[in-house]
Amino acid sequence: MNVVVCVKQVPDTEQPIRVKPDGSGIEEQGINWILNYYDEHAVEEALRIKEKVGGSVTVVCLGAERATEAVRTALAMGADEGILVRDPALDGSDHLTVARVLSRVVGSLEWDLVLCGRLATDDNASVVGAALAEFLGVAQATAISKLELHEGTATVEREVEGGAQTLEVPLPAVFTVERTINEPRYPTLPGIMKAKRKEIKMLTVADLGLNPKEVGMPAARTRWVRFSPPPKRQAGEVVTPDSPEEGARRIVEFLRQTAKVI
Amino acid sequence: MGDDVWVVADHAEGSLRRITFELLGKARELADARGGQVVGILLGHRVGGLAVPLGECGADRVLVADHPLLETYTTDGYTEVLASAIAEQRPWLVMVPSTAAGRDFAPRVAVRASGGIVTDVEDLRIEDGWLVATRPMYTRKVVGAAAFVGEGTQIAVVLPKVFSAAPRQEGRSADVQALPVDLDAAQIRTKFLKTRQLQRERVSLAEADVVVSGGRGLRGPENFAMLDELAEALGAAVGSSRPPVDSGWVPHDYEIGQTGKTVSPQVYIAVGISGAPQHLAGMSGSKYIVAINKDPNAPIFQIASLGVVGDLFQIVPKLTEQVRKARAG
Ligand SMILES: Cc1cc2nc3c(=O)[nH]c(=O)nc-3n(C[C@H](O)[C@H](O)[C@H](O)COP(=O)(O)OP(=O)(O)OC[C@H]3O[C@@H](n4cnc5c(N)ncnc54)[C@H](O)[C@@H]3O)c2cc1C
Repeated sequence: MNVVVCVKQVPDTEQPIRVKPDGSGIEEQGINWILNYYDEHAVEEALRIKEKVGGSVTVVCLGAERATEAVRTALAMGADEGILVRDPALDGSDHLTVARVLSRVVGSLEWDLVLCGRLATDDNASVVGAALAEFLGVAQATAISKLELHEGTATVEREVEGGAQTLEVPLPAVFTVERTINEPRYPTLPGIMKAKRKEIKMLTVADLGLNPKEVGMPAARTRWVRFSPPPKRQAGEVVTPDSPEEGARRIVEFLRQTAKVI
Repeated sequence: MGDDVWVVADHAEGSLRRITFELLGKARELADARGGQVVGILLGHRVGGLAVPLGECGADRVLVADHPLLETYTTDGYTEVLASAIAEQRPWLVMVPSTAAGRDFAPRVAVRASGGIVTDVEDLRIEDGWLVATRPMYTRKVVGAAAFVGEGTQIAVVLPKVFSAAPRQEGRSADVQALPVDLDAAQIRTKFLKTRQLQRERVSLAEADVVVSGGRGLRGPENFAMLDELAEALGAAVGSSRPPVDSGWVPHDYEIGQTGKTVSPQVYIAVGISGAPQHLAGMSGSKYIVAINKDPNAPIFQIASLGVVGDLFQIVPKLTEQVRKARAG
């Protein structure tokens, strides 16, 4: 089973994220770039599949030069190959374009299954996985919390409102994974050493047979116009009541008079 | 491209979900600004009756795709029907509820419609002639505004409870049209096997006006019963921070935050929750926040509209009691 995992490098949101004064983006200084949290779960799932049925795990990433580090993290976890598409022509790409470019890479490989994270924690978009499935012309299941492989099909569980659905999906397919699917492993020291020596394949837009006008700003159907800090919340009141009854009374008063829910 | 705004209706068990009415309200405003119509889109089997409430709440037209193969949601079924209808009628904008289904099909439909897509939408406005969508980013530390700049039909996947529901106008009705459905079973590649329902929901997290959420401070699964009682008294839904999920006290479906759900109720009551940024990412869009925490320095107090310092095990039962009394009298 050859599994392709699409990964993204994102800012670590444990650290402060600041908007540039002109609202054109976020301050990149001091940002710690990491492998997207959900993608770690996708890599883990791919590794488990390989351990069970054999095959290979290829990690594909689209991003700046520094994104090689995210690919290397996945290699250190145990992925076999890493590919990075980096090209200034990609600047300003929207999610659909990203999916389109990824579909070109996947299409050039021998593959049975593509795994993506449910979303990336920078923009939270949750678009690329399903759009990639559409470009590849295959079936999909998003936000899956369980994956079982059979001959030519997979049984997956996906979380829906108030429950979980079990689906049978024909392969090849694209799945995006929920965090509950597994517990990702940490890269081991030998794994890290091995990953350091591995060559990451670098591709440009031209290598994928795409015209620069088909990607980036010229192809984008959405464009960021502004970033701003979230609206400041009105500072509230913190009370230390004399008794639990008093504390409860304050809350009831608030729910009744201010929030008007009782 | 036309000027119509489509609203894909979310329905379950024969009735429309609240988010449908929220989208209709915003759709009316946007369609009026462009001189277009509001069009309700109903997909399912034997769902035609739902055209009535759609009309009463502002839809000028309702397109009904009624087919046995649409009875349960499938990616391929919904994508086919929606994408064909869009190709034929070319609406300006399609508003999709941010549900498990909506998030699943919307990107594929966007690819086929050659339009732009923005998800987690919290506001939609026309600025200098451009349609601009705002959405939270980076664990809600940033608000991003994206303009739809392409030619095709635009897709906005909208979070629950960010727009107010359209008022119901007795006697108002929509022009109801059947949407021809040209589907055969072979086109639906994914086979639905079963649904495992969670027992919990009186009120769903997405629809609740009040959410009562428990954190690690609750110490164990048995104490969530205390929150259930408070929620019952308030007509609220119960959520949680991540530790109760990771410890197996409650299912993942309860989790609110970066790796859980986003909720924006009228009131969010955080019980024994410290207020980590990843948790705030899911709930700081709430209108009012009430926090109960024994640590006066808990970060949650910095964003709470009302913070009460004290032991939750003592306060919550009293609170439930007083809420019941207040409601009774
Ligand atoms: C990548 C990533 C994603 C994450 N995603 C999420 C997410 O989606 N949602 C989420 O919630 N977290 C998430 N987290 C975890 C988050 O960082 C915090 O660890 C978590 O939110 C803390 O939960 P808590 O407030 O319940 O627990 P704690 O931080 O342990 O707080 C417990 C609180 O209870 C109070 N308390 C204890 N006993 C009592 C009592 N008797 N009476 C009153 N108060 C009491 C304490 O004072 C304390 O403030 C994520 C973390 C990472 C790394």
